[in-house]
Amino acid sequence: MTDQQIVEQINSSLAEEFEYELENMTPETTLFEEMGLDSLDVVDLVIVLETAFGMKIREEEAIRKIRTLGDIHSFVIAKKRQTENS
Amino acid sequence: MLLRRVVITGMGAVSPFGRGLDNLMEGFLEGRSGVSQVPELSGITGMRTRVAALASGVDPKEIPRKYRRSMSNMSVFATLACQDAARMAGLDESDLASGKLGVSIGSTIGSPQTMQEFFRDFNTDNSLERMKSTLFFHIMNHSCASNVAQTLGVTGRILAPSAACSTSCQAVGYAAEMIAMGKQELMLSGGADEFHPLTSGTFDIMNAASTAFNDSPTRTPRPFDRERDGIVCGEGSGILLLESLDSALGRGATILAEIIGFATNSDPDSIANPNPAAIADCMRQALVDARVQPSEVDYVNAHATATEQGDIAECEAISRIFGTGALVSSLKGHLGHAMAASGTLELAACVEMIRQGLLIPTLNLDNIDPLCSNVSHVQGITKHPVETVIKNNFALGGVNSSIILRRYE
Repeated sequence: MTDQQIVEQINSSLAEEFEYELENMTPETTLFEEMGLDSLDVVDLVIVLETAFGMKIREEEAIRKIRTLGDIHSFVIAKKRQTENS
Repeated sequence: MLLRRVVITGMGAVSPFGRGLDNLMEGFLEGRSGVSQVPELSGITGMRTRVAALASGVDPKEIPRKYRRSMSNMSVFATLACQDAARMAGLDESDLASGKLGVSIGSTIGSPQTMQEFFRDFNTDNSLERMKSTLFFHIMNHSCASNVAQTLGVTGRILAPSAACSTSCQAVGYAAEMIAMGKQELMLSGGADEFHPLTSGTFDIMNAASTAFNDSPTRTPRPFDRERDGIVCGEGSGILLLESLDSALGRGATILAEIIGFATNSDPDSIANPNPAAIADCMRQALVDARVQPSEVDYVNAHATATEQGDIAECEAISRIFGTGALVSSLKGHLGHAMAASGTLELAACVEMIRQGLLIPTLNLDNIDPLCSNVSHVQGITKHPVETVIKNNFALGGVNSSIILRRYE
């Protein structure tokens, strides 16, 4: 997958799960303030990403620091590349 | 005896006839059936019944995702019905959040559909890793009551009675007692259930589900009829907004009817089979609670689900107390058996019968079973002054319940 494909996959998965408009999703979009997610949603966000990309990320320290969609894009892209290179 | 007078100032319904009281009553008055074939049932080994009465006219997305994520269908039904009841009563957000209003809403169990989805996934590899955070809120026993309270911003008491078919009758009765004791001024009360093959299967296993009309679904269930062959399961939600008379008068609310009596008892003779003596005792206790003589009751809204034993036992009990003096009908022929929702869907119809001065007959009652001919059945839509009504519900587990309504003067 290219970086762009990963970003598109993330955005479409989260748009479906959290009923958020795709056209309003930018890397700067904040998960809590703008998308209106809360702590329960973050648990589900992790499951959505794990299912979409076939990887385990729940225990990753970096997950706790994610605040924007761009943070998720960077995290997943890095994780995918790390998996591909290992 | 209720210590303070309790009245009904709002109602909401989700049923096979759609959402809202008007749709519910239109279905009854047009003599329609909400029963249809359910193809899903034919794929289940051992399932002989193929029909059910499924709710219609509901758009879950009317409820914001933040609240909907913790709901299965039964909570969606209950929440929409509660919103309609609150609107009908003229309550605003501050009334709902005043602490004077509580919730008394039950279901037979937590969401069977969500439970099935969880175990289907869990059993593939014994893993919790795909479990969503809100799943528990679908399956907890007080799912409907809590989801209603969260969505409407209710801060008063939460009660979630669970007694299968007696659930909503009890929910209303206990809510009325709470108001009568001065613990709450208003209560959203009732029940909800969602259809699942497990429900039909439960009755089918006990040879109590209808199986002979799979190809003509609107002809079943047939309460009191010679050809009746069992229950048809349904779903939906019925909600009554109860209020102390003082509160209703103080707000200038329209009063739809008064709740004057309630009783519930246990029948330890059998966990499955109804006993006429216990049913009669329950109705008698409700009459005492209401300080009403049997001769004052115009109409009995029967539980009558179209089972062989249940209809006969209820007729025997009604006959013992009312003779042929009160008219009797069951609304299960129209709606099937909506389980925890049935009591309040039928109570809502009773309120409308009082208001409109008419009685609704039992759909599909073409030839009265001689063993059910000891009471006076409503024959066709009958214009009839209705002052006092008793509503029965009886549940597996030996739980009987009766509510008495009266026209508010």
